[in-house]
Amino acid sequence: MIPDSQKENHPLLFEQGAPGMCAVTLPMLDVPTTDKKTALPAEMLRSTPPALPEIGELDIVRHYKRLSHRCFSVDENFYPLGSCTMKYNPRINERVAAMPGFAHVHPYQLESDVQGILELLYRLRCDLAEIAGLAEVTLQPAAGAHGEMTGLMIIEAYHASRGERRSKVLAPDSAHGTNPASCACCGMSSVSVASMPDGRVDLDDLRRKVDEHTAAMMITNPNTVGVFDDQIVEIAEIVHAHGALLYLDGANMDAILGIARPGDFGVDVMHYNTHKTFSTPHGGGGPGAGPVAVAEHLVNFLPKPQVIQHEDGSFGWDYHRHDSIGIVRSFYGQIGVLVRAYAYIRSIGRDGLRDVAEKAVLNANYLASRLKHRFKIPFPPPFAHEFILVPEFESAGITEHDIAKRLIDYGIHPPTMSWPIHHCLMIEPTETESLATLDRFVEAMLDIADEIENDPSLVKTAPHTMPIKRLDEVAANRNLQVRWQQSS
Amino acid sequence: MKYTQLTESQVEKMLTTIGASSVESLFRSVPEAIRCNGNLGVPRGVSELELLRDVNALAGNNKHCEALLCFLGGGAYDHFIPTVVDAMAGQSELLTAYTPYQAEASQGILQLFYEFQTMVCQLTGMDVANASLYEGATAAAEAVTMAANIKKRNRMVVAASIHPDTMAVINSYAQERELDIVILPTPNGTVSACDLASMMDDETAGVVVQSPNFFGCVERLDRIIPRVHEHGALAIVSVDPIGCGMLKSPGEFDADIVVGEGQPLGIPLQYGGPYLGLMACRKELLRKMPGRVVGMTHDADGRRGYCLTLQTREQHIKRERATSNICTNQGLLAIRASIYMSAMGKQGLEEVASQCFHKAHYAAEKIAALDGYSLRYDKTFFKEFVIQTTRDVAKIIASCRERGILAGVALSRFDEDWADCFLVAVTEKRTKQEIDLLVDALGAV
Repeated sequence: MIPDSQKENHPLLFEQGAPGMCAVTLPMLDVPTTDKKTALPAEMLRSTPPALPEIGELDIVRHYKRLSHRCFSVDENFYPLGSCTMKYNPRINERVAAMPGFAHVHPYQLESDVQGILELLYRLRCDLAEIAGLAEVTLQPAAGAHGEMTGLMIIEAYHASRGERRSKVLAPDSAHGTNPASCACCGMSSVSVASMPDGRVDLDDLRRKVDEHTAAMMITNPNTVGVFDDQIVEIAEIVHAHGALLYLDGANMDAILGIARPGDFGVDVMHYNTHKTFSTPHGGGGPGAGPVAVAEHLVNFLPKPQVIQHEDGSFGWDYHRHDSIGIVRSFYGQIGVLVRAYAYIRSIGRDGLRDVAEKAVLNANYLASRLKHRFKIPFPPPFAHEFILVPEFESAGITEHDIAKRLIDYGIHPPTMSWPIHHCLMIEPTETESLATLDRFVEAMLDIADEIENDPSLVKTAPHTMPIKRLDEVAANRNLQVRWQQSS
Repeated sequence: MKYTQLTESQVEKMLTTIGASSVESLFRSVPEAIRCNGNLGVPRGVSELELLRDVNALAGNNKHCEALLCFLGGGAYDHFIPTVVDAMAGQSELLTAYTPYQAEASQGILQLFYEFQTMVCQLTGMDVANASLYEGATAAAEAVTMAANIKKRNRMVVAASIHPDTMAVINSYAQERELDIVILPTPNGTVSACDLASMMDDETAGVVVQSPNFFGCVERLDRIIPRVHEHGALAIVSVDPIGCGMLKSPGEFDADIVVGEGQPLGIPLQYGGPYLGLMACRKELLRKMPGRVVGMTHDADGRRGYCLTLQTREQHIKRERATSNICTNQGLLAIRASIYMSAMGKQGLEEVASQCFHKAHYAAEKIAALDGYSLRYDKTFFKEFVIQTTRDVAKIIASCRERGILAGVALSRFDEDWADCFLVAVTEKRTKQEIDLLVDALGAV
């Protein structure tokens, strides 16, 4: 937490240091110099260096140290952020990723020099295919949304190979925003399918909307309201009967690891989020990785190159994939992230994967059971790894937003707010939390409910323990200041 | 290993609270017919010690650039990373934080991104920047989409001298948006402003150039960009951020959108990722820019604070009408780049750029003086250059490798027409002695 003494404005880098200061010293130049103005057109040379900060090393260290104290993190705070799976990020994964044999390898080294990395990627590729119950996996996409785009490109290529051009994509109204946005990136139009009051897909609406122009249905299962849609096999049949494919947004895979495999319930394409399901750290918003798994009939369309094992047992990149959609990023993927995901899957293994799903679901159901007496829980149990809670304190003038902000004062990161239904909190405890932490969260929520009854303004004006109070986000949008400038 | 922390008796207690008979019963909405019941063909879990044995063996099976002399480039570079970058970026508060949607609980990360955006602007000479995209190639592809959306035009001219992966990714993205990509040939290694002018028309949304380009050569932005603007198109420039320490920024030539691969800014090679997509633009275009943007504002007491801003451009608000589908970005890499830029600072970055330049030119001169080797293009390069040779490139690479030297990237991997060429990058990390070793090795092939 932040000591009171540090609650004043923390100066920007640009407000620190002094002209001429520089933290890093390079070795003296040991080669003969070349005249820059002879080698390069004078017009192309800078007259003054870029106005970067000029600060000594100690002040740099203090700057970043202090800023790090001004963040909630999984390492310090319970982080029940629905749909984001803020589980513990094992330390060992960081140690592994930092090994020079992984961290300091150039992407254009010879394959014979990188057999270890290629073997790791090959094993990961196979493990992810097995967990998905699908035929093959590409490790190339940089994040979940990038995986969605890649998956949709594969779907388009599949239809094109059958002489069809299909551009309609169905998605439940509770879908992540990335689903329709990814459709737009692929020149496809997304059509929303209604959900029933219990959170499951309205099959009648699905039947009305699916047709011969439908390229795919994108579904999240368990869905974003925390319910596993038990109609999934029927959904797959309806979609497939129209020649369309079923895409699974793998954001919620935590809830079904080792329980059910998407390929076994009719999914043709899916993406993973390694930063959700496989414990790679979120890093303040990234990096993630978004491997995509596909069924047998889509394997030929996967991006290239693909990591393969040759007949002699060695590993390499296969560029000879004629039907491939091509490449979706430079080089091969988020290797440093994938190394962590490999270490995680290897360490917990098949039993551990199932244990993840069981504990994630147990924790969510436990919280829901304890909170249901004081808060409205609109969807019926059992829940998957997350659940929706709707605070009903309108008479006190208190919204989900206020409760979220008050939780900050209890040292708890707010749940996801106001999505996928209005006025809700979406709570995902993850499997790695202890019973004591879960109970502390329940106590905090109950205390806040009491506060709302006794002293609503305390909640309305929260947080009170942070270096700042609530921010004027409207002003931030209206009077845009998105960079520091000398005059400002 | 397990990272869950519930005992059997705690599980029993929780089940009692829930009113469930077993954990199994909590999965009753998953139909029996589709259950795999834990029968995954994944190996059993192992202890930490066993895991270390496994990954040590895998890591040990890679030859890395701490042990070899690296002259490889082509979009990923072996620059020096000050210790303070690893030390401060490795703080677990930064590592294990989420996207800073909850501003009050994320002021540290938000301020870091605000500072990052500012430094990207300082490097590129642009007005505004976002808080990162995936990597250089997708950043360029996003810029293409952005330009097409702004101009409501579908034609895009792309210089052949950009990185081949960037070209391929632009093509992948453009195909989806039904954009028409026209390639501007660069037979002499750089864009000819005259050739460009002949390919421009009033349907062109933008032009993409990279400088220094894939061959290491500096493009004449002073001549290119006016040609782009004559037709009302947008100039998209991809940069090497290290080059910005020495070369005039694209902003000074009136570029509209600047993108780049941020890997050189303190990010380890990691066999190609995760890296860092940079994007900056003129302020008039900000509302069309993809990706997260942090803004400065004030709190209820008037104190300075930071929050994500212009979120109505993004997918979680605007869904299919968002400027991009990007959600997760490269936050931690942006933080690394920030720490790198603040440690290097104004003088340091210029010094890094300058040393790269001098060392690359020293190496090029020595290599070109060898029998059978010549510079493929002229000398207007920054830290990287193409060597054309009468000898067998694969043999050269293999022979240098036997001496522990990664001599360069064989360009045949991108185009068979370049089979007699390889690309050599020289960073500030290479010493004169190491460069001389490369020259000796090349001479001995």
